[in-house]
Amino acid sequence: MALLQITEPGQAVDPHQRKRAAGIDLGTTNSLIASVRAGVAETLADEQGRHMLPSVVRYTSSGIVVGDEALAEAVNDSMNTVVSVKRLMGRGLKDITTLGDQLPYRFSASESGMPRIETVSGNVTPVEVSAEILRSLVDRASATLAGDLDGVVITVPAYFDDAQRQATKDAARLAGVNILRLLNEPTAAAIAYGLDSGGEGVIAIYDLGGGTFDISLLRLRKGVFEVLATGGNSALGGDDFDRAIAAWIVEQSGYAKPLASEQLRGLLMASRSIKEGLTDNPRIDIDFDRDGVQFKGTLDRATFDDLVAPLIDASIKACLRAVRDAGIELGEIHNVVLVGGSTRVPQVIDKVAEYFGKAPLNTVDPDKVVAVGAAVQANVLVGNKPDDEMLLLDVLPLSLGLETVGGLAEKVISRNTAIPAVRAQEFTTYKDGQTAMLIHVLQGERELVTDCRSLARFELTGIPPMVAGAAKIEVMFNVDADGLLSVSARETSTGTQAGIEVKPSYGLTDEEITSMLQASFEHATKDADQRSLMEARVESGRVIEALGNALAEDGVALLKKSDIQALQQAIEELGRVSEGEDHLAISEGTELLGRASEEFASLRMDAAVRKALAGRNIAEVDKEV
Amino acid sequence: MNFNKNYFEIFDLPVDYAVDLKLLDDRFLDLQKQVHPDRFAAGTDHEKRLAMQWATLVNTANETLRASLPRAIYLLGLRGVELETNPTLPPGFLMEQIDLREQLESIEEGDGNLEELDSFRRKMQQEINEVQAEFKEALDEDIDKAERLVYQLQFLSKLMTSANRLEEKLLDY
Ligand SMILES: Nc1ncnc2c1ncn2[C@@H]1O[C@H](COP(=O)(O)OP(=O)(O)O)[C@@H](O)[C@H]1O
Ligand SMILES: [Mg+2]
Repeated sequence: MALLQITEPGQAVDPHQRKRAAGIDLGTTNSLIASVRAGVAETLADEQGRHMLPSVVRYTSSGIVVGDEALAEAVNDSMNTVVSVKRLMGRGLKDITTLGDQLPYRFSASESGMPRIETVSGNVTPVEVSAEILRSLVDRASATLAGDLDGVVITVPAYFDDAQRQATKDAARLAGVNILRLLNEPTAAAIAYGLDSGGEGVIAIYDLGGGTFDISLLRLRKGVFEVLATGGNSALGGDDFDRAIAAWIVEQSGYAKPLASEQLRGLLMASRSIKEGLTDNPRIDIDFDRDGVQFKGTLDRATFDDLVAPLIDASIKACLRAVRDAGIELGEIHNVVLVGGSTRVPQVIDKVAEYFGKAPLNTVDPDKVVAVGAAVQANVLVGNKPDDEMLLLDVLPLSLGLETVGGLAEKVISRNTAIPAVRAQEFTTYKDGQTAMLIHVLQGERELVTDCRSLARFELTGIPPMVAGAAKIEVMFNVDADGLLSVSARETSTGTQAGIEVKPSYGLTDEEITSMLQASFEHATKDADQRSLMEARVESGRVIEALGNALAEDGVALLKKSDIQALQQAIEELGRVSEGEDHLAISEGTELLGRASEEFASLRMDAAVRKALAGRNIAEVDKEV
Repeated sequence: MNFNKNYFEIFDLPVDYAVDLKLLDDRFLDLQKQVHPDRFAAGTDHEKRLAMQWATLVNTANETLRASLPRAIYLLGLRGVELETNPTLPPGFLMEQIDLREQLESIEEGDGNLEELDSFRRKMQQEINEVQAEFKEALDEDIDKAERLVYQLQFLSKLMTSANRLEEKLLDY
């Protein structure tokens, strides 16, 4: 089925200029890549016709294997086969040890506190493992679309915190893909679904995958998808159903010793297929005999329902909270959409229907809907402009705050605030002559610092010495459209910009990324200068194109003839420089052109704002000025 | 580039305590459609920066005008009134606040009666509405009084938040 039919407006981009863009659903269990081709967004298959790529990476002494071939060895070679790596993204070694016996790998810490998994071909970080999955998908797309991708949109659970988002972006950088945007999975699903149905109103997206649960409420109005509220649990999913069955089997078998990693992996794989079998069958016969655990018997749906009921109830509770946060009544929700493999479980469908008071929709394949929505958004962002009217307005998923006295967390931006957002918080010194201050950035809803995630600690230095309480230090939180935070600070009574160094609590440092890039085979073989030249050309090409388009659209309306000519000359000049081999000259030229066009950019933005309010086009508005 | 417009001007709305929320909502969407960074994903760095600043400003302005308390505080700010962090309030009002807080605590300590909590919240909302109406009048006639009323609104809204928290707790959200 064609999921989406996109009609191209009159000024559709010339097919030769069409950019290659893709949406990637980087899932805990399975990953997919989709693209808009001939106006239709669809997932891309590999050579064997498989759309879903199991998110499994196996490290062997002779190379790296990704997908089904890796999954096939997940039990036999569990130490070197990384599954569900998404659960480790943006996590510190400490967080991971609390996941405990669920993970069969040996971990060691890197300098930045990020865990490394020990494999036969060396230690790898979760970011590197994710980058392998991305590479595999991107290679598939390049082959299908006959050329390199110009940009991708990667989806993340709405509930992902800053560290998890940053780690996902790092993985993309490592895989060498141009990431246009991180997109929340439920929002992606809403795009695929909402445009398909063409309806307006509030949509609830219930996404239960392998490792995560997400609930999002979106309002679709005037072509704008506005996220009203989002919630969920980044550690709740079908894997937990598997664990519940595994625990049941162990209990039934009477096996009392602690389980070894290979035993556990085998048991979980068996439990998963039993669970999936119970979706279409009232009971499943089990004959398990592996590594000393022995059980022969039957698991029926009623017993299974009892095992997983608390897990499903926990998801419903998160729905309650989200509806409340959105400030809407249940009755205002027009449609409920199911996303993720675990929404095939009958009890899930029943409980969702019961709570929302209407049968949920699953007409769009729950496995593919996220990738498809991401592809639509990627197509818009890359500049193919298939549908100028569509826009996404997202929110911050988890509150951001700072540590204050007594180990308490003080919220600076609360969850579900529309992004991009900015907030300033004022602090003062508590000692005479104090010149430095420690700032601890947190994310989460709880009151105690220890219950929140630590995002970064930094020291504010260079505060002019004054009596206690006289210095006014303003800490600014900036959250961008991807939901990523940056922090800056200054002393306001004297105007000194205080020096700050943000050290991510668990992220990779820039140096680490650079060295990983250099170490990776692909990049090591390329001459560094050659790479710089290519990058400089891509960037200059981007600026030339952007400015060219802008001039064609609004130049006559907003600029004097002589200004237009000057900019056009500057564009031509940069074009000539870019043909040369001097990457420094190209970068410099790009920078110069960027600066020369700043005034024009400001005029365009002002005109756009006037246009929004007047509901007329720029040329008309401009004549009145 | 004019980042110095006030929040009402940004949405081309009259500077007034009464806001047409539907109109605000429409204009908010229209503006974001024009200035959101996603519109400039293929643009120059300067365009991206401008878009980010505008989208942020539009979000902040929308939040400020949407809810009545921040809107009231913002209107006072436009008239040059900066709120105090520890204002002195009329003793009668404070006594009433203490009384209300005690009521809320007794609802919590009793077996957490949802109906009682509901009627408590309705009563609170009514009082908030009354103070708001007074504020609207005072804003143009007696700015000092308007300032005092905002302090009262701050108190009431804090209490309302506590009541909502209690409801979440009772419903076990
Ligand atoms: N027919 C089915 N019945 C029950 N669960 C299923 C079925 N098919 C897939 N699943 C479960 O769905 C989960 C994977 O869902 P998916 O949406 O691909 O996850 P993720 O987005 O986390 O990668 C797994 O736990 C898998 O066992
Ligand atoms: Mg998923």
